[in-house]
Amino acid sequence: MEAVSACPSFSARDYKSDVKPVWCPGCGDYSVLSSITKAMAELSVPPENVALVSGIGCSSRIPAYTNVFGFHGVHGRALPIATGLKISRPELTVIASGGDGDGFSIGGNHFMHACRRNVDMTYIVMDNEVYGMTKGQASPTTAPDWEKSKLTPEGTGINPFRPLVIALASGANFIARSFSGDPNHSARMIAEAIRHPGFSFVQILSPCVTFRPEQRDWKAGIRQAPVDATTDAARAARRLMTDDGFNIGVLFRGDRKPFQPSMKARVESVRDLEKEFRI
Amino acid sequence: MSTIIETPPQATGNKVILCEGNEAAALAVALARPDMVAVYPITPQSSLVEHVAKLIAEGRMDADIVDAEGEHSVLSALQGGALAGARTYTATCGPGLAFMFEPYFRTPGMRLPLVMTIVTRDGITPQSVWGGHQDAMTVREAGWIQIYCESVQEVLDTTVMAFKIAEHHDVMLPVNVCLDGNYLSYGASRVEMPDQAEVDEFLGDKNVNWHVALDPLRPMAVDPLTGGSGGKGPSSFVRYRRGQCRGMQNALRVITEAHEEWAQRFGRRFAPLVESYRMDDAEFALMTLGSMTGAAKDTVDEAREAGKKVGLVKIKTFSPFPVEALKQALSGIKALGVVDRAVDFRWNCGPMYRETLGVLYRLGRHLPTASFIGGLAGADLTLEHFHRVIDATEALLDGPAPDEPVWLNAND
Repeated sequence: MEAVSACPSFSARDYKSDVKPVWCPGCGDYSVLSSITKAMAELSVPPENVALVSGIGCSSRIPAYTNVFGFHGVHGRALPIATGLKISRPELTVIASGGDGDGFSIGGNHFMHACRRNVDMTYIVMDNEVYGMTKGQASPTTAPDWEKSKLTPEGTGINPFRPLVIALASGANFIARSFSGDPNHSARMIAEAIRHPGFSFVQILSPCVTFRPEQRDWKAGIRQAPVDATTDAARAARRLMTDDGFNIGVLFRGDRKPFQPSMKARVESVRDLEKEFRI
Repeated sequence: MSTIIETPPQATGNKVILCEGNEAAALAVALARPDMVAVYPITPQSSLVEHVAKLIAEGRMDADIVDAEGEHSVLSALQGGALAGARTYTATCGPGLAFMFEPYFRTPGMRLPLVMTIVTRDGITPQSVWGGHQDAMTVREAGWIQIYCESVQEVLDTTVMAFKIAEHHDVMLPVNVCLDGNYLSYGASRVEMPDQAEVDEFLGDKNVNWHVALDPLRPMAVDPLTGGSGGKGPSSFVRYRRGQCRGMQNALRVITEAHEEWAQRFGRRFAPLVESYRMDDAEFALMTLGSMTGAAKDTVDEAREAGKKVGLVKIKTFSPFPVEALKQALSGIKALGVVDRAVDFRWNCGPMYRETLGVLYRLGRHLPTASFIGGLAGADLTLEHFHRVIDATEALLDGPAPDEPVWLNAND
C-alpha cells in the first residue's frame, strides 16, 4: 500500500489530540477512537500524512479528537470531501468516518458512488442504529419495529438498510465488520482496511448507551465470522445476505484496481483539441 | 410536554397551557389539520417534528407522516403531496434548509401553498448549532413568504394563519413561519389555545391544487419547459414570474386581513407587517426582528424613563418586504439603528438594514442610520446591548454615521 510509508514508530497517543470527547459515558465511539489511533500506530503512518474526514453526528466529532488533519464536513458529505482530497493528494492516507444516519440516510447516495468509484480510502461507520445527536430518532439501520423514537412511535415500518450488502453490490473493494467492545479487533480491521487498495468499508457496531441501552447486550451476540474472507463477490453476497449482522471480521477482499485519475493535463492547448475535431 | 394550567371561564373551550415554541408550532399544525407531514430531524427543530409525530400517534391529528432520508426528500415529498391535493407541512433550519434549497426554490414557482417552520439557526461555517437568522435570510430571494414571530403565543397563532395566507386564492405561495432557535423553540411560556371548531371556520375549505394538479381526471403536464429552447418562448416564463411577484404583493393585503380576522375571532391582535412601539413622538428609533424584540422593548421603556425620545419598529413580515408599512412607521424619525441577527456579506451590514435602506430611499429623505449585528450563534441580546444601540443611534442625531456595522457581541 503506497500511501503508508515505513517511518519511525509512533504510539497510539501520538494520534490523539488533547480535546476531550463530549460523548456520553459508555459510548462505543470512545473505543473506536482508540482503535483508529492504534491502527495508525501499527501502520506507523506519520500523523501529518493522514486526513480524517467526517460528516455530522455524534461519531462525526471524531476528527477533533485526533492529531491528524481533520475536517468536520456537512451532514452526509464526508465521502465526497474525502474523495476530492484523496484524488488531489494521492500520497495521503485518507479515512472518512461517521455514523449510520450520516452515511446511509442523508449521505446514502454518496456511499453507493464512493464504493463504485473505488478510490483508495477507508470508510469507518460507527453503527448504532440511531440518530444520537438529534436525540434518538430511527436511522436507516434501525429495525422497523423499534418504537422508542418519538418521531416514529409506532416503528418506521421500513426495512433496514443493509450497508455491507449494498457496499458489495456497489463495488467496495474491502468489507469488514467489527465491534467497539473489541477494540483490538477493530484496530486490526481498520489497519487491514487502510492497507487494502481501493475503497474499504468497515462497519463497527458501536452501542448508543443513551438511546439504545439494549445494545449493551450486543457483546453476547458478537462472534468471529466462521469462515475466512472471500475474494469471490458471489460467495460474499451469499454470506452477507444470510448473515445476522453479528459476524465480525474481514468478509470480502476484492482485487479491483483503485480509481486514481492522472493529474497530468492530457492536451497541450485548445488548439490540440481543435485538431482532433478537424474533418 | 404541555400541562393544562387553567381554563378561563370566558373562553369558549379555550385552554391555557404552558409550552415551548416548538410544541406550540406542532399544536398549531394539528389545529390546521394538514393531510401530510414530512420530516427529518435537525437541531433545534427536532422536538417540533417529534411533537407532530406524537400528536399523530395519539390520534389527535389525522395526517400521513413521511420520515424521509434528508431534507431534499422532505420537501420533494410534500410537493408530490400538494400536487395531489394534500395540505402539507414541515419544519427545518440551518444546514437542513440549505440542503433543501433545490425544491425550496421551485415550490413558490409552482405556487404550492406549503407551510414550513424555520426554527432559525445561524449559518455554518463556523460550526454552530445555535440560533440566528442567517438561514432564513440566506434564502430570502427564493420567493417564499417569511413571517417572524416574537413570542410563543405568536408562533401558535401565526402558524395557523400561515395556512390561510398560503392557500388564499390571490396568494397561492408557500409560507415560512420563522421562530427563533433556542429562545422560542425551547422557551416555555403561557399560551392560549384556540378552539378547534373556530379554527376550522377561520381556515375554511382547503385550497391547494385547483391550479396545478396531479389528478387523473384532469391530466396535465406540470412544469413543462418554458423559455426559448423548446418552449413557447420567453413570454410564458415572464408570465409565470410576474404572477409570482403579484402573489407576493397580494400577500401583504392577505396577511393583514388574516391578522384582522384572527383578532376579531380570537381576541389576540398582532401587527401583521410592521409593529410601531412608542413611536408617536419618537425622535429616533431602533428596528428589530423576532424574539429579540422583547428585550428591546424593555430597554426602550427604560430609555424613555430616562428622557430619551426613542421608539421601536419591529418587522413581522419580512418577505414580501413591507415597504409601504415601513415608510409610514419611519416617516417621523430623524435617526435609525437596525439590529440584525445575520449578516449581509455583500454590503458589510445586516440584511434587514440593507433592505431598509431601500425604504428610506423611497421615503425621499436622508436619514442617518447604523447597522448593528448581534445574537449570532445564539449569543444573548440583553438590555445592556440595546442600551448601547439606543445610545449609538441617538448619537447619530448630531454626529457622523458609522461606515462599518457595530458588532454587539464582539467582546462577550
